[in-house]
Amino acid sequence: MSAYLWIQNGHLLDPANQIDEIQDLYVAEGRIVPQLSEAEKNSAKKLDAQGLMVTPGLVDLNARLGYPGPSHRETIATGTQAAAAGGFTSLLCMPDTSPLCDNAGTLQQLVDKVIRDACVRVYPTGCLTKGLDGVALAPSGQLQAAGAVALSDSGAPTQNNEIMRRALEYAHMFDMPVLAQSQDSSMTDQAMMHEGEWSLRLGLKGWPKVAESIMVARNVILAELTQAHVHLQNISSAASVEILRRAKARGIQVSAELSPQHLALTDAALRTYDTNLKLLPPLGDENDRRALIEGLKDGTLDCIASGHSPFSSHEKDCEFAAAPFGVASLETCLSVALEILYHQEGCSLIQIINWLSTKPAKICRLPGGSLAVGMPADICVFDPNEKWVPQADQLQSKSKNSPWIGKTLRGKVKACIVGGKQIGLTSTHTS
Amino acid sequence: MALTWKQKDLIEIGALSCDEMNTIFSVARQFKASAQHGSLPKSLLAGRTLVNLFLEPSTRTRLAFEVAAKKLQAEVITISGASSSLTKGESLRDTAQNMAALQADMIIMRHSASGAPNYLSQVVDIPIINGGDGAHAHPTQALLDAFTLIEQLGNIQGKKITILGDILYSRVARSNMECLLKLGAEVTIAGPSTLVPQGFAALGVRVCYDLRAALQDADAVMLLRIQHERQAATHFPSIGEYTSMFGLNQERAQWLKPDAIIMHPGPINRGVEIDSELADSNRSVILQQVTNGIMVRMACIHLCYAYHNGLPLQPEL
Repeated sequence: MSAYLWIQNGHLLDPANQIDEIQDLYVAEGRIVPQLSEAEKNSAKKLDAQGLMVTPGLVDLNARLGYPGPSHRETIATGTQAAAAGGFTSLLCMPDTSPLCDNAGTLQQLVDKVIRDACVRVYPTGCLTKGLDGVALAPSGQLQAAGAVALSDSGAPTQNNEIMRRALEYAHMFDMPVLAQSQDSSMTDQAMMHEGEWSLRLGLKGWPKVAESIMVARNVILAELTQAHVHLQNISSAASVEILRRAKARGIQVSAELSPQHLALTDAALRTYDTNLKLLPPLGDENDRRALIEGLKDGTLDCIASGHSPFSSHEKDCEFAAAPFGVASLETCLSVALEILYHQEGCSLIQIINWLSTKPAKICRLPGGSLAVGMPADICVFDPNEKWVPQADQLQSKSKNSPWIGKTLRGKVKACIVGGKQIGLTSTHTS
Repeated sequence: MALTWKQKDLIEIGALSCDEMNTIFSVARQFKASAQHGSLPKSLLAGRTLVNLFLEPSTRTRLAFEVAAKKLQAEVITISGASSSLTKGESLRDTAQNMAALQADMIIMRHSASGAPNYLSQVVDIPIINGGDGAHAHPTQALLDAFTLIEQLGNIQGKKITILGDILYSRVARSNMECLLKLGAEVTIAGPSTLVPQGFAALGVRVCYDLRAALQDADAVMLLRIQHERQAATHFPSIGEYTSMFGLNQERAQWLKPDAIIMHPGPINRGVEIDSELADSNRSVILQQVTNGIMVRMACIHLCYAYHNGLPLQPEL
């Protein structure tokens, strides 16, 4: 295979360097270079990106790859293939694995597996507390030494304020971001969907939005106290957006993400008890959805994260109460974001790539999110207008718990390149 | 009237048109009249197999369906939660598909999970009748209540109906609200604020915490059981507190219009939501509801089966 890659005629979108124009892009030895010599051009693999967008590879701060854990849901191989199919070249994977990534040994096992099986860059995170039980701190220093780039309480939000405070102080010493799930679990016992008209109609126990905003407020207050970098995962309610807006106005170091599902859907979609729409946090109402879009536009929310949580069909094919929370979303994340933000809301493509690549890379200081000379050649090529219909048998993820199967989406990934190497099948002509 | 029915399943009231509800009432009325003459219908279901899949404890509803099915000469197999393979880890899909493979002609299901019959109707081809799912729906109860109201009040359009008790956890309340609103009633819900959230107003009902105001204009009051098993300790202080604030006793019954009727889906907790004497008084139609429940369920079984199999909707009596 050639050491050189020449992406021709594409529309470059590079938020980090404010590039938004038709330009060729050159790669040598896995890195972006300013130009190729004539000889190098002759031997380069050429990728015709006429009419396509060429952007830094997408970066996801909230994915589950199922390893270690039950391999019927996902493996490092299938999860990263799904990522590549969705245009993601870097993933942060959550530590609520089985066993948990709360010790250096398990983290090392994950790192080894990633080296063997991953086709995109995978960055592990460690548990914020031991056993994710919110009682005692996990060995953050050892986790970092084993490869964790951040800590998280994803899947088991820390309830105890004292533990959260100390965990943030301790993580701050190692300069590790803490990815926090904001949820007051005392208010969400057995809750299954957003508390509102639809939960009353459907007879499903309601999840009050204040269960999130109370903890968003707590986390903001502790971020201010400890000066730690707190990143709030999967914000879903208007009230949380407002708390964050005020926190940012006061200069508190806090960042936040939202999922494409919450951008696109509301609780009314649960009308048919579709277990693929059973999400954590649950889908809010239209007022929440509007507030999330506004929050993203005005910078209150920093980025979009897939929230990819694979579950196999036998786990989701059941009555609503028995189904686990989560959606497989790596392969549809960009399309859904484009559908809502570009096609419906009129946001610019460069802005959307900022939310999906440059910003998340910056939040967790990952090497990506930019097409600057010298950067690793992690590249996503997509057509923002091409229509496609996700089909279960064509998705790369081992799990098919996607609410988008059978629905028409606009915006299709055409090629995904990691370190100069094209991953997976594409429909783009190469020579 | 011409009979209208286009439902394979009966899962929630929302799926029914007013014509379809009136069709149920019409068929139930015919069954009731023929039963009063001591005759059984020449049923389409004679010899057919009907599975009563009751995965949550129930006595009254299970028996009412059983009696209704037997009056239609169907073979009834009852499967309760404890005796089913679900306790051995079999999924609901597998259980139901096995029923269908065993050539059941219809499943009547009671389940603790809201939406379970919606799910089931997507995985099997035979008709499903919802015998109550979680806090979601109990359509046959709502239909028998409406049938009873029509018998008692002449019609439902413009009538004022108050539902009193635990609304939040009640599938009966949800289906009744939907059914009564569709038939043109003015519905008030009342009870403790934690069990009667304001959010229900979005469904088109009046939410009222003043018991006197809730009772004084009502043409009928439906009482709901306080469901001990469903309520977290956080929702109300005690049964005693409930009775003292919201229990229907002789004194409060005076607030009702003289001809207002008292209904209850059962099982009643005497001395909790209703005084014993009131339950037995001539304003109470609780036992008529039970009898009507058989007729309405016969109609539902007959109509779903007839439609699914392309048979005449009009029963031969």
